[in-house]
Amino acid sequence: MPSLVSSAVFSSSISSMDKMDRRERVRLLASAIERELPNVEGRPVTIMEVCGTHTMSIFRHGLRGLLPPGIKLISGPGCPVCVTSQSQIDAAIALSQLPGITVATFGDMLRVPGSSGLSLAKAKAQGADVRMVYSPFDALALARREPWRKVCFLAVGFETTAPVVAATIRAAARVGLENFTVFSCHKTMPKALETLFSAEDVRVRGLLCPGHVSSIIGEGPYRFLPESYGISCAIAGFEADEILLGILSLLRQMASGRPRVENCYPRAVSPGGNPRAIAEMEAVFKAADALWRGLGNIPGSGLEIRDEFSAYDAASRFDLSPPAPEKRASSCICGQVITGKASPADCRLFSRACTPSDPQGPCMVSSEGACAAWFKYGGVRP
Amino acid sequence: MCVAVPLRVAEIRESEDDLLAGPVALVEVGTGLQEVRLEIVDRMPEPGDYVIVHAGFAIHTLSQEDAAKSLALFQEAALAFDRAEG
Amino acid sequence: MKNGLGPSGGSIDMVLLDHGSGGLASSRLIKEMFLARLSNPILDELEDSAELHLEGIRVAFSTDSYVVDPIFFPGGDIGELAVNGTINDLAMKGAEPVALSLGLILEEGFPGQDLARIMDSVARSARQAGVSVVTGDTKVVPRGKADKIFINTSGLGLLLHDFPLTASRIRPSDLILISGTVGDHGATIMTRREGLGLDGGLSSDTRPLHRMARALVDELGPEVRAFRDPTRGGLATSLVEMAHKAGLSFEIREEAIPVRDEVAQVCEILGLDPLYLANEGKMIAVVSQDAAARALEIMESMPESDGPAVIGRAVERGVVPVVMETAVGGRRAVEMLTGEPLPRIC
Repeated sequence: MPSLVSSAVFSSSISSMDKMDRRERVRLLASAIERELPNVEGRPVTIMEVCGTHTMSIFRHGLRGLLPPGIKLISGPGCPVCVTSQSQIDAAIALSQLPGITVATFGDMLRVPGSSGLSLAKAKAQGADVRMVYSPFDALALARREPWRKVCFLAVGFETTAPVVAATIRAAARVGLENFTVFSCHKTMPKALETLFSAEDVRVRGLLCPGHVSSIIGEGPYRFLPESYGISCAIAGFEADEILLGILSLLRQMASGRPRVENCYPRAVSPGGNPRAIAEMEAVFKAADALWRGLGNIPGSGLEIRDEFSAYDAASRFDLSPPAPEKRASSCICGQVITGKASPADCRLFSRACTPSDPQGPCMVSSEGACAAWFKYGGVRP
Repeated sequence: MCVAVPLRVAEIRESEDDLLAGPVALVEVGTGLQEVRLEIVDRMPEPGDYVIVHAGFAIHTLSQEDAAKSLALFQEAALAFDRAEG
Repeated sequence: MKNGLGPSGGSIDMVLLDHGSGGLASSRLIKEMFLARLSNPILDELEDSAELHLEGIRVAFSTDSYVVDPIFFPGGDIGELAVNGTINDLAMKGAEPVALSLGLILEEGFPGQDLARIMDSVARSARQAGVSVVTGDTKVVPRGKADKIFINTSGLGLLLHDFPLTASRIRPSDLILISGTVGDHGATIMTRREGLGLDGGLSSDTRPLHRMARALVDELGPEVRAFRDPTRGGLATSLVEMAHKAGLSFEIREEAIPVRDEVAQVCEILGLDPLYLANEGKMIAVVSQDAAARALEIMESMPESDGPAVIGRAVERGVVPVVMETAVGGRRAVEMLTGEPLPRIC
């Protein structure tokens, strides 16, 4: 659904663009993209987006169909839920099954399978205390209201969510709550991007940068991409026209041969990001290695809770070692699918050992990931 | 990874929970008001401002200036297109 | 158990909330657990209510259970839902509802005044709909064995017109109408769930639709092909099911689908799609192209409608059962819900 409220923000000034409604803007931008594409060499022109919300928005609005042939849009590992490793899910499930413990989680996490197909939803069905919350603060409020209950919040998300969780941990610390912990599965974008783009033979030439992660981290962390790897970057919002604006920016950068980081979402993203949120995140978390489903270990790409907040760290308070070692199907080629080197059909596991109900990598966990989409539509998007 | 929406601030006040103290914004959701935490917002909003809300926290206060910049980007794309159309 | 295969070889090893959500998981449950054992020509139709021929008299027979939580919500309560829901199952067949049964399962400790309040709603809703509760049953289970109150209603209605209302009668070029805004009930319930604590002035749309359904059938006759009330699974799921049954594709226009501003906004905040949220007072009507304008007028003239609109049309079967032209001019497939709609943060 188009955002009614953000239209109100747009309509605050007078301009000819403004009077045009979103549908017209989309038509215009699609035409501009079509006009710009011949100026870019090489086919297909591969663009990656790394945000679950971008993936969903592209699907919801049917944007692929509005792009000219010759542009290939890939969904990268931008859905933090989908890249959460099986062992972390297993550990969360094990925690929820302990007496006296309530695991509070975002809705998205409920159906993600751990090993053997078990999920938090299934554990709940079997009697584990798993609750859905909209905000980590709701989990904190629950712990405060019911001091006999040990509440553990399953913290998943990138840099948009980490400061929110950090602020929640700080609030718990100010009060000295003894029954609230956080199981940090947070991951950060820049290191993952570096790993992806430093691999050999990467076909991706442009990156749509996640809009709200950028609200927090600003433009700076992406600069190494154009500077070291020649990748064009455009920070984009989530409406259909905002995404197309980002794609247009990428094409123009490629045509000019001058890749850079262009902020196409200035109403939400300042060049320096949100320093207060960054400070909060850095006060509570430090960088750590992290295992990404389907991609393996990416050094420095995770966030773990600092020692001074260990009282709120589920990893310190509970034994979170997974009941079984990480069962990673070594034939998962999500890493290559994500960077455009392979297609789902090239993967040995696709539709055999890896299906939407028993997914191995993020491309299949996400309902709109490359492999899930291929599975549903047989390679032909309607 | 970022379901977040711009919402209009009706009022700023102190949280009613003394233990979980701090300033909160009351934002308009439909015909009601919703409490949003302000611990990590970049600029403290005022009533009438829009804030981008993620998981119960404001992560950015929108300014008229920034909204205008966004519009300008679209305008520039439109002009370039018009020129190209001839 | 690999992939959760159970001992009988079926694919359901344990019942999950998704199995009750009205989407693909529910379909699997119905097929593997129920149809596999109970199959008969009437049941196999899987319509909102069953059509029975009793010594020359045609009746519609339907049952529905209500387990909604919270039991009291803006716009109604579980009692009202239980009466309207079964009346609507009958109404979707074009039946004139005649009688309801009322089965209650009560949790020990359930407050008497809550029960009285719900029974007041049952009585009021039945009276307003012109239907009687003619028989019932009550059971009480120990505390913790049921969530406050579960209600089952079954209903009997008379089929007074001589053609069936079923999606199999839909033809290409038929138009698809909706009687009003979608997602109201589901959004209202979702925002009341523990932990979400949103408000927003939402309200359930529960109401009986039989008068509106009868008005359409009485005037337009067989130009009316089928009705469906998009309850669990939402508008999208009902459309997919109807398209499958019809063996056709539906082309829908997102812009034409009426959605209240406050519902759209809450859905944005929670990462939900109004097309998948339940409706308890809306109906889909598929009518011939020629009858569509008049059908819309009839709906508009009745208090049960709420911004009725033509949202699409039936076409020859294409690649996917339901295709939508999005509000920005793109195209996408509308799929069936897999399980319960869940709020998203990512």
